Amino acid sequence: MTITEAPPAARKKAAPEPPAPRAVGSPLPRKEDLRLVMGEGRFLDDLGRDAYEAAFIRSPHARARVLAIDIGPALGVEGLIAVYTYQDLPGRLAEPLPMLIPHPGLTHGRTGYPLAKEYVNHVGEAVVMVVARDRYAAEDACEKITVEYEPLPPVVGIENAFRADELVHPDVPGNVAGHVVQETGDARAAVAAAPYSLELHLDIERSACMPMEGRGVFARWDVADGSLRIYSSTQTSSGVRAAVAAKLELPLLKVECVTPDVGGGFGVKIVHPWPEEVLVPWVARLLDHEVKWTEDRREHFISSAHERGQLQTVRVGFDGRGRILGLDVDILHDNGAYTQYGLIVPLITSTQLLGPYKPGAYRVEFRSLYTNTVMVTPYRGAGRPQGVYAMERTMDSIADHLGLDRADVREANLIRPEEMPYDHGLLFQDGRPLVYDSGDFPASLDKIKKLVGWDEFAAYREQARAEGRRVGIGLAAYVEGTGVGPYEGGHVQIETSGKVYVATGLTSQGQGHETVFAQVVADELGVAVEDVTVTTGDTRRMGYAVGTFASRAAVMSGNAIALAARGVRDKALRIAGEALGVAPRKLEIVQGVVRSRDDPAVSIPLGTVAVLSNPLRYAFDEASKAATQFGGTPDHSRPPVAEGDEPGLEAREFFSPPRATYANGVHAVIVETDPETAEITVLRYCVVHDCGHLLNPMIVEGQVHGGVAQAVGGALYERMHYDESGQLLNASFMDFLMPYASETPVVEIDHLETASPMNPLGIKGAGEAGVIPGTAAFASAIEDAEGFPITKMPIQPCELFRLRQRFEAGEIPPLRRRAGAPNNVDEELCQP
Amino acid sequence: MKPPAFRYHSPRSLPEALDTLDAVGHDGKVLAGGQSLIPILNMRLAAPGHLVDINGLTELAYVRTDADGVRVGALARHADVEADADAHRAVSLLRQGLRLVAHPVIRNRGTTVGSLVHADPSGEMTAVLSLLGGSVELARLGGTRRVGAADFFTGPLESCVEPGEMAVSAYFPRLRGRTGTEFIEAARRHGDYAMCGVAAAVTLDDDLRIVSARAAYLSVSPVPLVLDLTETLAGATPDTAHWRAAGELAADRTEPDSDIHATAEYRRHLVRVLTARALRTAAVRGADPAVGGDGQGSDDQGSDDRECGARD
Ligand SMILES: Cc1cc2nc3c(=O)[nH]c(=O)nc-3n(C[C@H](O)[C@H](O)[C@H](O)COP(=O)(O)OP(=O)(O)OC[C@H]3O[C@@H](n4cnc5c(N)ncnc54)[C@H](O)[C@@H]3O)c2cc1C
Repeated sequence: MTITEAPPAARKKAAPEPPAPRAVGSPLPRKEDLRLVMGEGRFLDDLGRDAYEAAFIRSPHARARVLAIDIGPALGVEGLIAVYTYQDLPGRLAEPLPMLIPHPGLTHGRTGYPLAKEYVNHVGEAVVMVVARDRYAAEDACEKITVEYEPLPPVVGIENAFRADELVHPDVPGNVAGHVVQETGDARAAVAAAPYSLELHLDIERSACMPMEGRGVFARWDVADGSLRIYSSTQTSSGVRAAVAAKLELPLLKVECVTPDVGGGFGVKIVHPWPEEVLVPWVARLLDHEVKWTEDRREHFISSAHERGQLQTVRVGFDGRGRILGLDVDILHDNGAYTQYGLIVPLITSTQLLGPYKPGAYRVEFRSLYTNTVMVTPYRGAGRPQGVYAMERTMDSIADHLGLDRADVREANLIRPEEMPYDHGLLFQDGRPLVYDSGDFPASLDKIKKLVGWDEFAAYREQARAEGRRVGIGLAAYVEGTGVGPYEGGHVQIETSGKVYVATGLTSQGQGHETVFAQVVADELGVAVEDVTVTTGDTRRMGYAVGTFASRAAVMSGNAIALAARGVRDKALRIAGEALGVAPRKLEIVQGVVRSRDDPAVSIPLGTVAVLSNPLRYAFDEASKAATQFGGTPDHSRPPVAEGDEPGLEAREFFSPPRATYANGVHAVIVETDPETAEITVLRYCVVHDCGHLLNPMIVEGQVHGGVAQAVGGALYERMHYDESGQLLNASFMDFLMPYASETPVVEIDHLETASPMNPLGIKGAGEAGVIPGTAAFASAIEDAEGFPITKMPIQPCELFRLRQRFEAGEIPPLRRRAGAPNNVDEELCQP
Repeated sequence: MKPPAFRYHSPRSLPEALDTLDAVGHDGKVLAGGQSLIPILNMRLAAPGHLVDINGLTELAYVRTDADGVRVGALARHADVEADADAHRAVSLLRQGLRLVAHPVIRNRGTTVGSLVHADPSGEMTAVLSLLGGSVELARLGGTRRVGAADFFTGPLESCVEPGEMAVSAYFPRLRGRTGTEFIEAARRHGDYAMCGVAAAVTLDDDLRIVSARAAYLSVSPVPLVLDLTETLAGATPDTAHWRAAGELAADRTEPDSDIHATAEYRRHLVRVLTARALRTAAVRGADPAVGGDGQGSDDQGSDDRECGARD
């Protein structure tokens, strides 16, 4: 079904109130955790014990022509089964991988081939596939195969891509994959006419999803049945299924895709099909043998996907209160070598940049540029951290320019609750209008100020300074479009045991869907959470699905499942009503038993209702006798299954909202920077978060914690160190630094629950929020501690040290609010 | 990330291990805690034909302390050495340095002797051995030799252990006189190899005047670097010493390299700052009345398990 704009209150009245205590809203422990912490998780590499294993020879060059491949020396390797190159690929497999998200602005989209055809465009691009009895032998064979390359000059770095002295793809002028302009009002004129104006040049670097478990795929071909079973560590089993069926020219119904437990995704696994996802099933069919490929960490660094890298120019015009009158933003976005996921990341940056603010006239222009590096696809936050960074750096600059409090300037620009729904007049990433549905931004700002002690901080900073310490505070706000369409489905079935089985097509990567969806169903049906079993990401159970991304699982599948559960409930009450001789509206379901509201003794268990729902020819146990032709007291005037009805106590519903629902929040961070070593320590990290009704507060907080950890990583530790030849210098966990628990702050959280009117449960997504404003908040806090502007993130101690040197040399201007204050390193600090 | 094929040997005694090492010669490698070797094999950066696993040589799993110092057997884990109270009383630098080696899980497997043989110029134990002027005992079929720290480390990730040889123990001598020590470092994250680390030892006379100040450095030179900084501090007391001058001298004498975590200039700055901090703390500890005239002995020296070495 499709929900239009009906407020949730109106819908709720239709269904009888489920009895307290409600499962939804309570911090239930996760159903999946016992299995996972007992080591009983079943991840991709746990499958296919006897499968052949694949390994790949990947390009060592950022840009090169493949001249020759000599596999001869590998042929003697014990255990080698087969070697494949581009020349071996048949039919549609020999075509470029699909361009997943076309967009009119993506004028020069390019994707790679499953195995390099003639050119390689980044270090790590797959060139040769080797299949062997195990991965050891496969890697032995890889070592013996020689690939001859003609290296070509690579394009690395956004400036170089924009200068376009060299082209990544010779037929893409200027290295520009896509170019998009959106404008409301005449922003440039507004900036020019404003009483004050500023121009900022901002830089944000690459990071990556880095799930604990890399990608992986395992395929099994059933030659007699002509069918294929794929297991993939993916965020979209339905997408992989459709893509593989198309590439291998198989009927969709002969292809199944199952996601086992997935050890994190964070975006990288929504991309599909990866080369390995089409090659492994193809080879499994060719060899008529199970085949598996498990990505290793180095492969993950150089041949999956990265995110974040952008250069931004912001021109802003504002009045004396700091209200923005015109905002003109220019973004150069590095999309790496290919655009398999289209322009989604810069599209999100360019729209979500606005956050909770009214920008006056707004113009945004971006160019998505090719470089000879790993492609860029969404990573948790998906373009928003960059956008928030641009907007919040701008807010801080305005405040500093005018000598106003940074929170006050934000306050002056906020959209007020009474302005909801607020239409920005732009198109969002889902191709639909950017209209905020809910939120109370002034209340969010107020809460964070109280939580972090904003108004008292200036005194603390001065006191610390007197002790020779440097501390700073920063804050950053965001709005996140969550739960984008097109749709998701839910299937709910009550078995004769009374147990409830739920399926939805989107996948889980550790979010806790088994728990949250069970909570929703438990309340809707009046059963215990323990009696509800949830399956996700299995095309055998739900063929129509989109995937897990864009903080959409709870919104999309949660609501679809709630609707399906309501369908089952209606049917259960109808059948029970007939059996008990009570009108359905006089019935309720309590702990798995349908009973009369007037006389609870008049009752029937849901399991028995399930028996009755399915008229039987054959009894298989005592309970099922009642459903057979000579059992019970059937009405002989009617067919056993009524017209328009179906056997079974089950329902399937789809949820498809007209557009996204918008969550919001504000983060504040307090940092200390060592006056001598320039090391940066987080003293406090505070979050105010509004994702509407909380289905499970503990899980929401867990999502926020994880996001904040990634925010800390993105702000202070992580980056992709490409050298000018396009080699990734830190392609291992030894040199790509993610925060450990010891670097992750305790997160203090306060919630605000403004219900979304866009869906029956009144919820908004929560999956990505934790990471979004982190980089902006850290830049703000470090700037506050240091007294000079921070325009390049992430920042590491040696860079802060360098900035201090430049600042002391007069190459960087002080913040205006600090211009008069002394700012020298205390020479005496190391004296006892 | 799978190693190439190798033959695995698991000797049960030292003589058996030396026999095997002799037989496999150049093509053999000792496997101790595996915390460095296994990643190297997995990344195919080395492809020895034979691995000689010494984890069965339990006779080498010892930490022995006597009047002169601490002897650490080849199978003593970092964690064993770190936890050993006698060793700590005799040579506080051991625990002061070990708490900065990686994380507890790695210290539970990694061996102190293995980390010396591995000779990573960022390894804390290389600096401790060098500052103390300790030695490593090497055995081969038919003989042993003892190599002093100054000769042991021959290059980055290169020690003088020869094919057929294995290190059986390392010796960390006790410092004499009224001496205090400290080990601090600046690392990107807790437990990472440091951008710069300093092990310091300061000796005072009975009037609490500095008579000797020395420091050893991590991550700023291809082999562990020991500097004598006494000239800048001699005669001063811990209250009057000009620590920053010692830091400047140290900075002048180091030629660090740049990498993605720290520029050479920043590293040199860290040498300056951390030298001053480490020497000062070492001197204050040396002046502590609990430290007797025969060197160390305070239970308190560096036993605080601070999370970040560079902050104090
Ligand atoms: C994540 C991580 C972080 C780390 N951080 C640090 C750190 O901050 N500081 C630090 O110092 N170390 C660090 N290490 C390394 C750790 O200390 C290692 O344990 C140590 O370097 C090697 O000891 P091992 O027993 O594991 O040796 P192995 O890995 O088994 O061997 C290392 C090398 O030494 C040789 N070898 C070992 N023992 C002998 C012997 N008795 N005789 C002859 N040859 C021998 C081996 O053949 C091999 O070449 C880290 C390791 C990891 C995995």
